Amino acid sequence: MNRPIRRVAVAALVLFGLLFLNVNYIQVVQADALRNNPRNNRLLLDEYSRPRGDIIAGRSTLVESKETDDRLRYLRVYAGGRDELASVFAPVTGYYSLVFGATGIERAHNDTLSGNDDRLFVRRLSDLLTGREPQGGSVVLTIDPEVQRAAAAALGGRRGAVVALDPKTGAVLAMVTSPSYDPNDLSSHDPEKIRAANKRLNADRNRPLLNRTAEEVYPPGSTFKVITAAAALEGGMKPSDQLPCSASIVLPDTRDVRLRNFGNSGCPSKVTLAEAMQKSYNTTFATLGMQVGADDLQEMAEKFGFNARPEFPLRTVASAFPQGLNRPQLAQSAIGQFDVRATPLQMAMVAATVANGGRLMRPYLVSEVLAPDLSSLEKTEPDEIRRAIGRDTAAALSSMMQAVVAAGTGTRAQIPGVPVAGKTGTAQNAGPSHAWFIGFAPANDPKVAVAVIVENGGGDDGATGGRVAAPLARQVMETALRERR
Amino acid sequence: MNRRRTELLLLAFAVAVATVANVAVDVAYSEKVTPAVMTYSVALALLFGAAHLAVRFLAPAADPILLPCAAVLNGIGLVFQRRLDLAAADRAAQLGRAAPSGHATQQLLWTLVGVGLFVALLVVVRDHRLLGRFRYTLVAIGLFLLLLPSVLPARFSEVNGAKIWIRVAGFSIQPSEFAKICLIVFFASYFVEKRELLALATHRIAGLNLPRARDLGPVLLAWAASLAVLVREKDLGSSLLFFGIFVVMLYVATERTSWLLIGLGLFAGGATMAYRLFGHVRTRVDIWLDPFQDPTNRGYQLTQGLFGLATGGLTGTGLGNGRPETVPYAGTDFIFATIGEELGLVGVVAVLTVFALFVSRGIRVALGCRDDFGKLLATGLAFSVALQVFVVVGGVTRLIPLTGITLPFLSYGGSSLVANYVIVALLLRISDADRAFVERAPQATDAELTGEMTQVVVMR
Repeated sequence: MNRPIRRVAVAALVLFGLLFLNVNYIQVVQADALRNNPRNNRLLLDEYSRPRGDIIAGRSTLVESKETDDRLRYLRVYAGGRDELASVFAPVTGYYSLVFGATGIERAHNDTLSGNDDRLFVRRLSDLLTGREPQGGSVVLTIDPEVQRAAAAALGGRRGAVVALDPKTGAVLAMVTSPSYDPNDLSSHDPEKIRAANKRLNADRNRPLLNRTAEEVYPPGSTFKVITAAAALEGGMKPSDQLPCSASIVLPDTRDVRLRNFGNSGCPSKVTLAEAMQKSYNTTFATLGMQVGADDLQEMAEKFGFNARPEFPLRTVASAFPQGLNRPQLAQSAIGQFDVRATPLQMAMVAATVANGGRLMRPYLVSEVLAPDLSSLEKTEPDEIRRAIGRDTAAALSSMMQAVVAAGTGTRAQIPGVPVAGKTGTAQNAGPSHAWFIGFAPANDPKVAVAVIVENGGGDDGATGGRVAAPLARQVMETALRERR
Repeated sequence: MNRRRTELLLLAFAVAVATVANVAVDVAYSEKVTPAVMTYSVALALLFGAAHLAVRFLAPAADPILLPCAAVLNGIGLVFQRRLDLAAADRAAQLGRAAPSGHATQQLLWTLVGVGLFVALLVVVRDHRLLGRFRYTLVAIGLFLLLLPSVLPARFSEVNGAKIWIRVAGFSIQPSEFAKICLIVFFASYFVEKRELLALATHRIAGLNLPRARDLGPVLLAWAASLAVLVREKDLGSSLLFFGIFVVMLYVATERTSWLLIGLGLFAGGATMAYRLFGHVRTRVDIWLDPFQDPTNRGYQLTQGLFGLATGGLTGTGLGNGRPETVPYAGTDFIFATIGEELGLVGVVAVLTVFALFVSRGIRVALGCRDDFGKLLATGLAFSVALQVFVVVGGVTRLIPLTGITLPFLSYGGSSLVANYVIVALLLRISDADRAFVERAPQATDAELTGEMTQVVVMR
């Protein structure tokens, strides 16, 4: 009878073997995925039982954890609980919700803030041994709180967005979306209140939870002419080269589909590229786009970052320049219409690239990650994505854009004593046109690049980029220059 | 007598493990060691010491590893019951209620009963072959215990939808644990007697020796009884366990692979039928296939158990630092997830290794045994532990559909603990007979006795 008993022993061994393999699979291979499953509230309860790290910008602490005496010990407090101020920073900080999880930097740097970061392992170990209360590391943002507040104040509750970058590094100085929301409402310890707040925010037609700077795309309108001009300059054209102009043109291959200048305004029959930019002549740029060709224009747009989702700690969507355009579509695309779509972040990157002599820097939001003892865990080094355009092209674009602000469509962006470069846009869409402005200052030594959009011009039918967006950009740039002297 | 010294040393080690673990729980919970640790350690030392003395005098040549395996698992089980009691008390304090009565002290009492029965069995059963004489009494008791809950009114037998209990005078007994042992003794005795018939009277069809139709009777009876347990008592785990043990013992007795195939076929048929006919079986399978489709309701227990295991990861959160109480039945069916959360992969591998060691020692007892009844009985007992561990741990870790049965020695519950001490006593009794024979016949070496040689020697 020993032979079958041995076989039974082998069978038992196989059963144990399967169990060994399976526990390894669950506790090692699948462990991270299961542990971080949103339904696993163990980590959440642990996280709430220790202070989460701060989110800091400049000299202010935007987000901190405060001790309470309820079951979840630590409460997340945004901007000291002041709802106005908290909502200004909400698109960047995000919220930290018991019910809906985390968003924004709260989500992107959750490991550091919660103290689960692998780089904090030794610290956790010593906390365990010494009985010191474990706590999370802090995240320092590139955001300049003054610029952020100035941009939010300038938008004044109108639907729109502002992005300000340091063109030399790619550091994000301001990222404002409007209207916004108070993250304190969504981060409370009362699930019922959180659900109610979320329901209210989701029902709001102005979509306050949407980060318009990076999660929403708009037709860029005439601000896209910077890219069309860049493609032409890279193709050998000079700013002084003559181009045809008229109040309207009939698009090729169509029977009387007309593309018109803004307000149907007339122009001399021949203008230079620089003049066309200064006055934003649609007909000239449509013709120029067709000269450049669909492939070259698409390539140039992609060099500036179109058709790719930027690598960024917040949720972003890709800006789009369509492929396989026919000639009338190309003509419209060259002036930022048809199916061309861009996020405000993308258009700020365009302005920053021109300001930075043609080098596109990777936009970044976190300058430094700190351990709980404030030692530095990680510092962000500026990173060049690519050279989008040559130095000469960038210089030529810069002087053409300075002319736009000095005596063109963007005069309301002028700052006394500071050369400002810019480009306005008034983008057609289903409702009243969107008012755009992109630019940078000082033009001779750029310290800030901005993109501003006011959706539907703030509801005004006659609104233009020059009238509505340019003064807003000026306020933001002025504040940035004062802050970054 | 070296074997007994080994056993004593290992038992002391088991008490030490439980003591250290209890200290760790206290430190994690209140940062100071409470007198309770001392109470548990002393109680365990006394109980295991008594068991050891009983073995020393009543079965001096018995295997030295089996009892310490049981002791270390029992000790760890107690630590986790205590740890879960503390969590329950914390929760009650938060809700402003009185702390519930502790499971750990209850389990310690059951350990006393288990060790008591262990000693009593060693005293009463001086030769395991005597058990064979009572086989018809035992099968009657076994079937009675197994099927009793299904005929009792629900208020005496039903807990959480499973009718597997007998509840009298404040006590809950899970009779299937004892029925299992009665039936294993019966199978061992019956199959050994009828093995010639079951093995030899065959038709040869397609290269397989198939039994005659009328000899299929007992198999079909066991199969029907298993299904009855499943249908009437909704006890998927016990049903699977009984049938598995039955088929394996039949195979060992007859050495006929055809019985395994017939058994597998009947199992497959029964399983398919059960899946088609019974909602609760379908639910179990659906949860197994995708526990995350309904993670807050039907899949809650399994997913929370998996989260616990995963949160524990390689080294665990440490005793007292996890949240095993999140999982429903953390102390009984899901004790394995509780251990995995706080002691990690390291801890569960250690626990599984102790089980594997226990089973392998049990099989050794079978191999070394001189009579067929003892061989088959030891195999059945050892395999029943292996299969039970597989079914419950496999269920908790989503290897197979979840079926609620206890993890031997670790789960909270008197019936399970006491019944498993009975298994240890029986295995020790059989192994003592093996060794006693060897020691009286010094010409045979250990190597010969554990190998196939044994039979050659005996037959000569």
